Amino acid sequence: MEKFLSFDEIKKSLENRETDCKSIVNYYLNNIKTKAHLNAFVEVYEQSALQKAEEIDQKLALGKAGKLAGMVLGIKDVLCLAGHTVNASSKILEGFESQFTSTAVQRLIDQDAIIIGRLNCDEFGMGSSNENTVHGKVLNDLDNTRVPGGSSGGSAVAVQANLCTVSLGTDTGGSVRQPAAFTGLVGTKPTYSRVSRHGLIAYASSFDTIGVFSRNVKDNARVMETIAGPDDFDSTASRKPVPNYSELLHFGKPVKIAYLKETINSSALQPKIKENTLEVLDRLKKEGHEVDEVNFPLLDYVLPTYYILTTAEASSNLSRFDGVKFGYRTPNAHNLESMYKLTRSEGFGEEVKRRIMLGTFVLSASYYDAYFTKAQKVRRLIKNFTEDLLNKYDYIIMPTTPTTAFKFGEHSNDPVAMYLEDLFTVQASVSGVPAISIPNGKDEKGLPIGLQIMANSFKEADLYAFAEYLSASN
Amino acid sequence: MKIDNNTLKKIAHLARLEFDEAGAEKMTKDMTQILDWVEKLNEVDTEGVEPITTMSSEVNVLREDKVGEHLSHEKGLKNAPQKDSDYFRVPKVME
Repeated sequence: MEKFLSFDEIKKSLENRETDCKSIVNYYLNNIKTKAHLNAFVEVYEQSALQKAEEIDQKLALGKAGKLAGMVLGIKDVLCLAGHTVNASSKILEGFESQFTSTAVQRLIDQDAIIIGRLNCDEFGMGSSNENTVHGKVLNDLDNTRVPGGSSGGSAVAVQANLCTVSLGTDTGGSVRQPAAFTGLVGTKPTYSRVSRHGLIAYASSFDTIGVFSRNVKDNARVMETIAGPDDFDSTASRKPVPNYSELLHFGKPVKIAYLKETINSSALQPKIKENTLEVLDRLKKEGHEVDEVNFPLLDYVLPTYYILTTAEASSNLSRFDGVKFGYRTPNAHNLESMYKLTRSEGFGEEVKRRIMLGTFVLSASYYDAYFTKAQKVRRLIKNFTEDLLNKYDYIIMPTTPTTAFKFGEHSNDPVAMYLEDLFTVQASVSGVPAISIPNGKDEKGLPIGLQIMANSFKEADLYAFAEYLSASN
Repeated sequence: MKIDNNTLKKIAHLARLEFDEAGAEKMTKDMTQILDWVEKLNEVDTEGVEPITTMSSEVNVLREDKVGEHLSHEKGLKNAPQKDSDYFRVPKVME
């Protein structure tokens, strides 16, 4: 029988002494073994998780446990945990052991959440299908011939298949929201700078966020309120106070909602996803909310802007992987320069090399203004448009993805077709605003559909409350 | 923008990457395709728009000028592919 499907259920079982943390961890460990073929976990921390569970059981007996006691978490293979290996799903970080713990993970540990293992993903977070990984692809638990989405595919499947209570992923252009949509989960990307990036292996620093996968809105809010907030190790992390999102889920007033004509009328949009999205909008109208169609003439420019800026930032961030201080080093070098080149050429996968090359190109002296500066200008226009719209409206609603989960290999030979998977998720990333994906029914094949809600910067509390309202009435 | 062989070689050198013939051909094709696609941005009028250079609203986050230890020498060297007691080792720079 499936159990421990929400943290409320876990807490209740612990309070009634029907279970203890050790039994919870054993339950998930058993599920992980049964579902090993999904390849969600790269490494399971069986011993340390069980030991931690015993410690927390003692704390619970003394009434001294943290507020997340009983929660079992998986973390994406880009988040550092001291004393444990982290690879970013890349050969170039072969054998790398974290020397410190990322702030987000530490804050969860401090509240007695148990880390059960690290989760497969696309290399350095670059991909939309979890096929670009040195650990082998991750399977969608609903249909093993289909992708789980990416880049946080392992984090999505771990929660989908009930291998842990919740998981952490990272979202640079949709890497939490898109896999959440493909696996029928709740997935969030917070406001840029809401969660410290300390201990997160960087992909594109002005876009990277740490996000959460869960089965319900409340668990998601619980994790987010724990990991958010200022941090001495990340000076970009916002000092704005963090409300207790999970206690602010009540929603009871009429709101103003915008939907973007260009997203609903996109030729790439699967008809059933359009139908389900319009149904929600209709229902909201009937329930007394103001729902308006708005034009977003910049939609076609969001993805190109995203790809120019993220590849530029990636080419710079990934220059540190040179075989000198950590990770893989080629055995074939004859001098320093060949060591750099061979290490990087042998260590990075194809998609990562493609993005480093593009990023190097758009930052090179002759093309910098034409590509990089131009994209920074368009980013400002997109950000301004989005923020202005969110000053007039409380929420923007759109589908999370143009299609439901696709088959393995479907986009492997066409990078641009793969990039188009992120068509609807990148707007929030380019603008820095928070967004959430919640389940919105299924298509004809029984594959989950995601509904995306965006709110203005630092309005996570409003976003969670509205998501809870929509989930409850769904 | 059509990427030619020379440009590819130059960019690969800047990125400290190498490609064999087949790899170079595929990369040239992919980069050309992606650049053609992103050039769509030229349709957007950005006259008078300032490029955005930071996304965080935090500015000048200062702290007390106090020395603290984040990573010890030993931990810093821990993951080195090749090292001695004090330093990272790399292949000869001068022949």
